Amino acid sequence: MQALTILLDGISYGMVLFIISVGLTVTMGLMRVVNLAHGAFAMIGGYIATVLVLQAGVPFLLSALIAAVVAGALGGLAELTVYRPLYRKGELPQVLLTIGLCFVVIAGLTLFVGATPLPAIVPASLDRMVDIGFRSYPAYRLFLIVVGAVLAFIVWLIVERSLFGARLRAAVDDPQMARAVGMNVNRMFTVTFIGGCALAGFGGAIGAGVLPLEPFYALRYLVYFLIVVAVGGMGSFRGSLVAALAIGIVDTAGRYIVPQFGGFLLYVLVFGLLLWRPNGLLPPKSVA
Amino acid sequence: MTNQQQATTQQQILAPAAMSRPFSPAMLWHLLPWVIALIFFFVGDGYHSLGTNILVMILFALSLDLALGYAGIITLGHAAFFGAGAYAAGIFAIHFNADPVLGLLAATAIAGLLGLLTGMLILHTRGETLLMLTLAIAAIFYEIANHARWLTGGDDGLSGIRVTPVFGLFRFDLWGKTAFLYALSVLFIWFIIAALVVRSPFGRSLDGIRQNTKRMRAIGTPVWWRLVAMYSLSAAMAGSAGALTAQSTRLVGLSTLELLTSGIVAVMLVLGGERRLYGAFIGAAIYVVVQDFAGSISPFIWMFVIGFLLIIIVLFFEGGLMGIIDSVVAKLKGKADASGQTGKRT
Repeated sequence: MQALTILLDGISYGMVLFIISVGLTVTMGLMRVVNLAHGAFAMIGGYIATVLVLQAGVPFLLSALIAAVVAGALGGLAELTVYRPLYRKGELPQVLLTIGLCFVVIAGLTLFVGATPLPAIVPASLDRMVDIGFRSYPAYRLFLIVVGAVLAFIVWLIVERSLFGARLRAAVDDPQMARAVGMNVNRMFTVTFIGGCALAGFGGAIGAGVLPLEPFYALRYLVYFLIVVAVGGMGSFRGSLVAALAIGIVDTAGRYIVPQFGGFLLYVLVFGLLLWRPNGLLPPKSVA
Repeated sequence: MTNQQQATTQQQILAPAAMSRPFSPAMLWHLLPWVIALIFFFVGDGYHSLGTNILVMILFALSLDLALGYAGIITLGHAAFFGAGAYAAGIFAIHFNADPVLGLLAATAIAGLLGLLTGMLILHTRGETLLMLTLAIAAIFYEIANHARWLTGGDDGLSGIRVTPVFGLFRFDLWGKTAFLYALSVLFIWFIIAALVVRSPFGRSLDGIRQNTKRMRAIGTPVWWRLVAMYSLSAAMAGSAGALTAQSTRLVGLSTLELLTSGIVAVMLVLGGERRLYGAFIGAAIYVVVQDFAGSISPFIWMFVIGFLLIIIVLFFEGGLMGIIDSVVAKLKGKADASGQTGKRT
């Protein structure tokens, strides 16, 4: 029974990681930008939703949607202003500019909201246990699993079944060729970046019960988001879902079974995996 | 061209640029940072521990300049070696010997060894994968330090570090004057080593590897070994910086191993300007001073300032502050040249 609990905890945690990180796999896979500011957009979303719920009494889901819209809009603005000149630069400028962006977001949010951790906003309807046959389980975590699965399905539909998705995959596999056949890759960058940031903002908002919001959120959980992308294979959507769930389960299991090791197990596994398969589990064709 | 001629030309290309240059008054500029540091030592009463902190961060940033700036090893895990050096020096002082120089040497050796081992594992990768591997290494070190409470004190930090007088003569005083001079001497030694290394044929070959790895491999350079060697040297240097912070503050915290620390040192380096050696000096000094002033108002104001500065520098001034200084100097020189001094040089 404990194994099932670990599994469910791990999956719900992994779903939050997936919702937040799937946008990052696009930035790093399609745009080839080392984007360390992705966590900042999740943080913006989480902060906006929390403030809306606590100060204005906006319903939980609505506030998460507003958070997604704002995070997406800010993401679009960032893509057009600071990210665009980065595409031509090396990794180091990319790392530094995005760290700088992270710092600005952290400082800005802290100046407005305060330097203390925020309480998790879980609405009363989700803050209870439900019977799932063999035991009772927190409704909030089931909610995360359902939302994550729905979003994963939507992302799959867009990426695998729409014209836009087909173009996006083509651009990930071979950006030069995509340009050569007349695709507007730049506009695709902007649109997917907005989508990715909106998802991150949404994930940051609904996942606040799993990844608690605090001033250094954008940096603290960044490693997890980057691991999802690196383990899944940069630019691979399927990979990021598989990696997010695997990381959620491994990390949860590690903390349950050998708590004295903490996150140690996860990092060692990631280290080993990246040495074994430097391009991740399911790299897109261009890399493989 | 005979073989001998060829050899000499090659030597000329590879010869350390600084040594083949005759003395010129401009070289006196190299004394500037050390003169400033010595003046600070005499007039900076009350600020010596801040000064020591600056020296430590300069050394740390300089170590990153070797790996990241010169060798082009993209790393976000350099805090691993800084922290390893700090913990090694602290643990050495508590359990083995409180002599600072021995502790420093031990910490440097351990950090260098860790750099060698991890470098051998990861340096065949490049780009984002390498970045992730360095992140993972720092995270693993962090987790070890966090959970090996019996050795490291866990999240309480490592305290109770004793330090005997340097060479048995100079006691570490309450105001941190000895610590300042001690750190300055260590920084000077490492600076000389770094300057010699980057001007050596070995350093030049790393320049080549950074610019075009494939071509360097094609002409027969043992790329992986060169990278591993530079990475280990850089790790040893970062370990020295860590040891200095452990010995001067008598405290080692988990924050020495954090991602934020790795990020901050990269920020310092780029703020000053990479691949210039002195960039580390300017960047670290400005960062620590701004952090101290702005941080006393609110720690988040300096984050805002530094973040904003980083964005501006990456977008508009790629050479960092040293790059700005260079272009100003070049402009002034250009003006002087234009006003009739061009003839003098030729």
